[in-house]
Amino acid sequence: MRLIDKLLLEGISSTYFSGEQRLPVLDNISLHVQAGEFVTVLGPSGSGKSTILKTAAGLLKPDRGRVLIGGHETTGTPQLVGYMPQQDLLFPWKTLKQNAALPLLAAKSGTGEAYARVEEMLPVFGLESFADYYPFQLSGGMRQRAALLRTMLIESNLMLLDEPFASLDALTRENMQDWLLDIWGRFKRSVLFVTHSIDEAIYLSDRIYVISERPGKNALEQDIELPRPRTKSILASRNFATYKQVFINALAS
Amino acid sequence: MKKWASIKSNLPSALLIAGVLLLWELVTGAADLPEFILPAPSTIALSLAANFYLLIGHAGVTLTAVLGGLALAILVAMLLAIAMDRWKPLKQALYPLLVISQAIPIFALAPLMLIWFGVGLLPKVLIVALVCFFPLAVNLIEGFNQVDPEAINLMQTMQADRWMIMRSVQLPSALPYFFSGLKIAATYSVLGAIIGEWLGARAGLGIYMLRAMNSFRTSDVFASIIVVIILSLAFFKLVELSAWLVMPWKRKPKNSTED
Ligand SMILES: Nc1ncnc2c1ncn2[C@@H]1O[C@H](COP(=O)(O)OP(=O)(O)O)[C@@H](O)[C@H]1O
Ligand SMILES: [Mg+2]
Repeated sequence: MRLIDKLLLEGISSTYFSGEQRLPVLDNISLHVQAGEFVTVLGPSGSGKSTILKTAAGLLKPDRGRVLIGGHETTGTPQLVGYMPQQDLLFPWKTLKQNAALPLLAAKSGTGEAYARVEEMLPVFGLESFADYYPFQLSGGMRQRAALLRTMLIESNLMLLDEPFASLDALTRENMQDWLLDIWGRFKRSVLFVTHSIDEAIYLSDRIYVISERPGKNALEQDIELPRPRTKSILASRNFATYKQVFINALAS
Repeated sequence: MKKWASIKSNLPSALLIAGVLLLWELVTGAADLPEFILPAPSTIALSLAANFYLLIGHAGVTLTAVLGGLALAILVAMLLAIAMDRWKPLKQALYPLLVISQAIPIFALAPLMLIWFGVGLLPKVLIVALVCFFPLAVNLIEGFNQVDPEAINLMQTMQADRWMIMRSVQLPSALPYFFSGLKIAATYSVLGAIIGEWLGARAGLGIYMLRAMNSFRTSDVFASIIVVIILSLAFFKLVELSAWLVMPWKRKPKNSTED
């Protein structure tokens, strides 16, 4: 018998309405994330990946289907989860430290205590000398790390990350991937990750769900049995190439 | 460097003003115009100097009405905007009316204030509050409308309460709208107080102006106009300064570096 899933999506169907137009985006999507797993949703742009994350967080109520977190039904009710939206959404009117402290303040920590906690975490994220900078003063990579730090400070074992590295240049992106794996290993969180990059998905994940073009349907569920900790050398391995071909085929059909 | 550049860019305007004043001085001297029609700039300056303390006193009275009215308008507009954000039916009922009311010349309501509340400070405060209220309220509500729903979503996944969402997302993101409303309100406010005083008052720049006009002391009229202009400009600058102070994140240097 399987342990209770950290996150379970069961038969999710979802539609957007804009005026008279109805746009079906998700069609009977099911997926699960077990405790400590790194699971990725891979799909073309517009296939409804962000919608899946919002539904998982309880921010959207699906037409059909259920969301369970830790065995409890949470469909359509916003949950305490480490949700990182597609835009980094650092608030321009707050400094890095104030932005990162938001989850702690929302959990009713005292300001001093919250800032102390953030200061303590800054070095882990390579941001120690930027605590009092405003977002517009930070580079793209620094903003992503700040947003991840904020996400990490949400007191939840479940993280929902929406294309966190999509806006970065290739080199920064690769560094951030290693760095995310490092953080994930250290803090033992369950992750549902969204990307449209095949390489990124294989490199990071324990399991990958491929979603078809809109309306998004489950197209493929594939375990990735590459050894951990992962290093860039696996990118050149035969197994990696085999997986990559599988996903190229799945996305093409 | 920067200072010098701004002096340089303002130089043509300053020269133009100086030129006009000089021409004005020469024409009034040469054409021998009666002083009550058009006093020379030098005569106006003398009137300004001679009545300086008197004018300051009257300006103080006007300023009290302006500040009181503005504070009242800000308070009411803020409360209304928050209430309308919270209770959508209230917004659906009131917002169209607020937009239409922008087309009403609120100054025309001034006589009513005097009929109802006499010639003291209160009616002036109310007139100022009325004219300032609408641009403030409409801008604030618009500001709340423009808040990114994703930002509110994010706060909900942190289980932030409504008050925290208001404080850390909705209010700061509406601030630029608030300040553009406040700029309009600041210019209206001085005018509102002056009009209130024209209709009846014991003291204030408006009544000073009216008395000078009725006794054909035109140079005193000019002097009070100058004080009104200075007051309005100072107010406008004060709003710009407080926007700069309150929103440090808007102080982006023009040549901000990208990564
Ligand atoms: N709030 C919305 N209202 C209407 N349509 C939307 C909304 N959000 C997303 N969509 C549309 O739904 C589809 C799926 O969106 P999304 O979940 O963001 O896809 P992805 O993240 O895979 O790019 C897209 O075509 C998008 O334009
Ligand atoms: Mg997306």
